[in-house]
Amino acid sequence: MKFIIALLAALALANGGAAAAEECAVPPSLIDSDNALTRVAQQIKQQRRLDISVIGTGSSTLPGPDGAQFAYPARLEAALKQQLPGTAVKVTAHVASRQTTAQMVAALQNILADDKPALVIWQAGTFDALSGVEPDTFSANLATGVAAINAASADVVLLDMQYSPHTAAVLDVTAYADVMRWVAQEHGALLFDRLAIMRHWSEEGVFDLYAATKKYDMARKVHDCIGRALAFQIVNAARLTP
Amino acid sequence: MIGGLGFTSLLRWPEAFANGKAARLRAAAVSAAAAAPEVTLPSGRDLRLDLFRGIALWLIFLDHIPENVVNWFTIRNYGFSDATEIFIFISGYTAAFVYGRAMRERGFIVSSARILRRAWQIYVAHIFLFTIFMAEIAYVAATFDNPLYAEEMNILGFLKQPDVTIYQALLLKFKPVNMDVLPLYIVLLLLFPPMLFVLLRQPALALIGSAIVYLLALHYDINIPAYPNGVWFFNPFAWQLLFVFGAWCAIGGAQRLGAFLRSPIVLAIAIAYLLFSLDVTLTWHFDSLSFLVPNWLGELIYPIDKTNLDVLRFAHFLALAAITVRFVPYDWPGLKWPILQPAIRCGQHSLEIFCLGVFLAFAGQFIISQWSGGPLVQAAISLAGILIMIATATLISWYKTMEGRTQQKRAQTAEGALAGGET
Repeated sequence: MKFIIALLAALALANGGAAAAEECAVPPSLIDSDNALTRVAQQIKQQRRLDISVIGTGSSTLPGPDGAQFAYPARLEAALKQQLPGTAVKVTAHVASRQTTAQMVAALQNILADDKPALVIWQAGTFDALSGVEPDTFSANLATGVAAINAASADVVLLDMQYSPHTAAVLDVTAYADVMRWVAQEHGALLFDRLAIMRHWSEEGVFDLYAATKKYDMARKVHDCIGRALAFQIVNAARLTP
Repeated sequence: MIGGLGFTSLLRWPEAFANGKAARLRAAAVSAAAAAPEVTLPSGRDLRLDLFRGIALWLIFLDHIPENVVNWFTIRNYGFSDATEIFIFISGYTAAFVYGRAMRERGFIVSSARILRRAWQIYVAHIFLFTIFMAEIAYVAATFDNPLYAEEMNILGFLKQPDVTIYQALLLKFKPVNMDVLPLYIVLLLLFPPMLFVLLRQPALALIGSAIVYLLALHYDINIPAYPNGVWFFNPFAWQLLFVFGAWCAIGGAQRLGAFLRSPIVLAIAIAYLLFSLDVTLTWHFDSLSFLVPNWLGELIYPIDKTNLDVLRFAHFLALAAITVRFVPYDWPGLKWPILQPAIRCGQHSLEIFCLGVFLAFAGQFIISQWSGGPLVQAAISLAGILIMIATATLISWYKTMEGRTQQKRAQTAEGALAGGET
C-alpha cells in the first residue's frame, strides 16, 4: 500500500503537478477521435516505439533560444512518455516560422524519409491566413500533403490556429479552420481543434488570453496544456486498450 | 456624425408614395399617362425592402463582432447565405428603382452623374471607417504584447509602413477584416450606369450579360487584387450578379416572376433546399452530426465560396426570398406594426447605419477584448449597438423631415426647381 502511494506521489511529481493538468482539462467533446490512428497503434504494439514528426510554423514554438523546449511538441513528448511506459517515444519538431502550407508540402518528402514517423502532426493555417493565401489554395495544398503522408504509411493529426482574440479584428482565421476540419474529415485524418480548445479555456477563465504581458509563464503553460491534450487525443485514438 | 458629412438618403420618395393605396392609384395614373414605356417601374415605396435591409444591417453588425454569443441567432448559422446577400440584393433593387426613374425622366448623363456621386459618398464613408479602424489597431499594437502570439502579431506589421498602407487603402486595395462590403458597393455602382441603360431597354439581355460575367469571373478566376496580397474578399465580378438581379426585379422582373413564385412546387423546392442547407450548416457547429454530410456530398459542395458568391449561396438566398415574398406580401399589415418600425427606419438610412454598424462592431469588440467580456457583456454590447443604430436612424429621419420642409418652401418659391427629387 505504501509502495503504491509512493508511486503515485512520484508520478504526480513527474507530472510537474497533476493539478496543472486538471486546471486545463479539455471536455472530451472537443477532442476528435472519430478516426483510429492505426499506424500509431501498430508501431506501439509491434515495435514498442512511437515516432512522431511535428511540422509547423511560428505558433508551434515559443520565442527565445529555449523556446522549443517549452513548446507543445516537447511537452507532447513528455506527456506521451508518461502515458506510454515501455514505449520509446520520439517527437521530432520541424518548425520554422513564416512558412505557407505550400512550402511545408515541398519539404514533406524529406521529413518523411528522414523520420519515418508513424504519425505526423501538422500545424498549419496561421501563416496562410496572414499572407492571404486563398482558402481554396490552402485546402488543395493541405489535401496534397495529407495524401503524401498517408502514402508514406503515417497517420495525420491536423492542428489548427490558436485562438487569438486581440488579432481577430485584423486576421479572420475561421475560413482556414473550416478547411482544416473538412480536409481532416475527408482524408480520415484527425483534427486537433486548438482554436476551439483555447477558446474554451478563455471562456472558462483557465487562461486570460486577452492579457498583455512580456512574461513567458502563461505562454509556456498554454503549450504544456496543448501538449497534454494532444497526448490524450493520440492515446485515445490509437485505441490501445481493446 | 455621419449625417453631418452630407450623405443623402439612398431612398427618398415624395411622401405621397409612402402610403400603399394612394401610391398604387397614383402609379396607375402615371403608367396610363406615360407613353408605353419599355419596362414598368413600380411606384410605391416597398416597405418590405426597408424592413429586410434594416434587419440585414443588424445581422451584419452582430456578425462583425467575432466573439459574440448573440451571433448564434444570425442567419449565417442556419444556411449557406447570410445578411450580405440580403443587403446587396436590396441595394441593387433600390438603386434600379431610384436611378431607373431618374434615367427615364432626366436622361443617361444626369442619372449617371447621380450614381457616381453616390459612389463617391460611399468612398468617403469607407475612408472615414478606415481611419477609425487604424486608430484602434494602432492602439492594440502599441499596448498588446504576448509571446504566445508572436506569430499572429505579425499581422500588425502593416503599421510599420503607414506610407504604403494608407496609400493602398485609398486605392481600396488594403481592406482590413469586415471592411469589404463598401468597396464592393462602390465598384457595383461604378459599373451600374451602363448596366441600368441596358436593363431599362432589354432587361433579359442585361440579366444574361450579368450571368455571363459571373461565369467568366468564376471560370477564369477574375478578381481585383488586394494588398498585401490575395484578392478582394467579395469579388465584384461575381457579386454583381446579385446586384443586377435585384435591379432586374425592381424594373418589372419581380412581377414577371409572380406566377412562378406563387407555384406550390417552387415553394416546396425552396423549403426543401432551406432544410438541406440547415442540415449541412449544423454539421459545421456540431461534430457529432458530421455523418449528415457524407464524403461524396462534401466533395460535391465544398468549399462554399463566399468570395465568388457560390451558386449554393445564391440559391439559398433565392429560396429565402421566394418564401419571404410569398408570406410577406406588399401590403402585409405587419409593416405598420410599431415593433417593426425601428428595423424599417434603419433600412431607410442604409449607408449611414451600415457605417455606424461597422464602427460599433469595432468598438464593441474593443470593449470585449479590453475587459475580457463574458456572454453577458457580449449580449449587452449587441443590444446597445442595435439601440444606437435605431436612435441614429431616428435622428437622421428627423433631420430629413426638417430639411425636407425647408426644401419644400424653397421649391415653392423656385417653381419646382427640385422636381424629380434627389436620391
